Amino acid sequence: MGALSPAGRARVATVWLGGCSGCHMSLLDLDERLLELAPRLDLVYSPLVDAKLFPEDVEVALVEGAVCSEAHVELARRVRARSRLVVALGDCAVTGNVSALRNALGGALPVLERAYLDPGNLQPQLPAAPGLLPRLLDRVLPLHQLVPVDLFLPGCPPHADAIHAVLLDVLAGRRPALQGKVRFG
Amino acid sequence: MTVRTLTLDGEPVSAREDETILDLCREHGVPLPTLCHLEGLSAVGACRLCLVEVKGSPRLQPACTLRAEEGMEITTSSDRLRRYRRQLVELLLAERSHVCAVCVANGRCELQEVAAAVGVDHVRYPYRHPVTALDASHPRFVLDQGRCILCTRCVRVCDEIEGAHTWDVAGRGAGARVVSDLASPWGRSDSCTACGKCVQVCPTGALFEQLQPAGGGVKRREFLTFRTRAREQGPWGR
Repeated sequence: MGALSPAGRARVATVWLGGCSGCHMSLLDLDERLLELAPRLDLVYSPLVDAKLFPEDVEVALVEGAVCSEAHVELARRVRARSRLVVALGDCAVTGNVSALRNALGGALPVLERAYLDPGNLQPQLPAAPGLLPRLLDRVLPLHQLVPVDLFLPGCPPHADAIHAVLLDVLAGRRPALQGKVRFG
Repeated sequence: MTVRTLTLDGEPVSAREDETILDLCREHGVPLPTLCHLEGLSAVGACRLCLVEVKGSPRLQPACTLRAEEGMEITTSSDRLRRYRRQLVELLLAERSHVCAVCVANGRCELQEVAAAVGVDHVRYPYRHPVTALDASHPRFVLDQGRCILCTRCVRVCDEIEGAHTWDVAGRGAGARVVSDLASPWGRSDSCTACGKCVQVCPTGALFEQLQPAGGGVKRREFLTFRTRAREQGPWGR
């Protein structure tokens, strides 16, 4: 095991790209098992903790969501560069899933127009705040089509048992074997 | 009747002259993934998942359309076959819009099952995200082309069992589509009897009953078992 905190605990991160946060809900579904895992790892970055920047020297990063915006591209690259093991967590990260449904429409604009310029909207305007609001990509990508991914954990969401098994294997320095235990959807 | 002897993954087996290699695999519990094959319908070798190696032949052959012959040496599982099967499923997933999470067949889909069985945990090819049509013109059923894998089970059941031949395939390659009548909306089909057999045999969520939620599509295929038994045991021998 590479990335350990001073207290000897594995440095673990979870990342939320373009997804519904359901994979993180599934992570929380580990319930009591979270308490068993807590002494063995440091959650150094996650939507569930208050770290603003993705830190250096992370042992394992669980990444939920597809790559949908320029901010996702930047974050996913940083995650890859700073993590020993990158896990695509759930169908959006693995396949694009619901997040990528808009790809068939030919770009981000038709979706934005449908949402913000709908005739029913009293103040129709496209959201724009350069430097603050990241631009949406015209083509949503699964994580592995942007950066190399070490492990795929499909499911919408992946079952808490599967996430637990992966975390236990990773903490023990084993390579998780998931064939036959997981499926899309 | 002549009995043929051959080897299946090194094990000696015997076959009747009307048996295929897939029949033998099923009989001997040899796992072989299939998608287009369905007991009770003719075999067409469309999905290529049941490809096997035949000693002495440079080409791989689909087990479902391969007659068992005297002295054959069949290999059903090798690194090459496993690689090809995985690749085939990945290409199927990349070709149209298979979004399991919001599909009526989620949890009951044969493509989803086969993907898990052959070890597809991600797709290495870029997804095509094609614009596909959804035909909801029929009063009871819906066709979502985005989920079709062109297995032609619907075409065969409609022709061979129902005798209506409403469905067929138009176009070529990635542009191929199942069409009703002469590519007119399903709801306006003169030949469709609304029997629903196509919906029951569809391996994915491409054909489904209206108003079913995600994961709600249950397939009822008893009518095929009935037909198969009737053929084997004489008419209406239930």
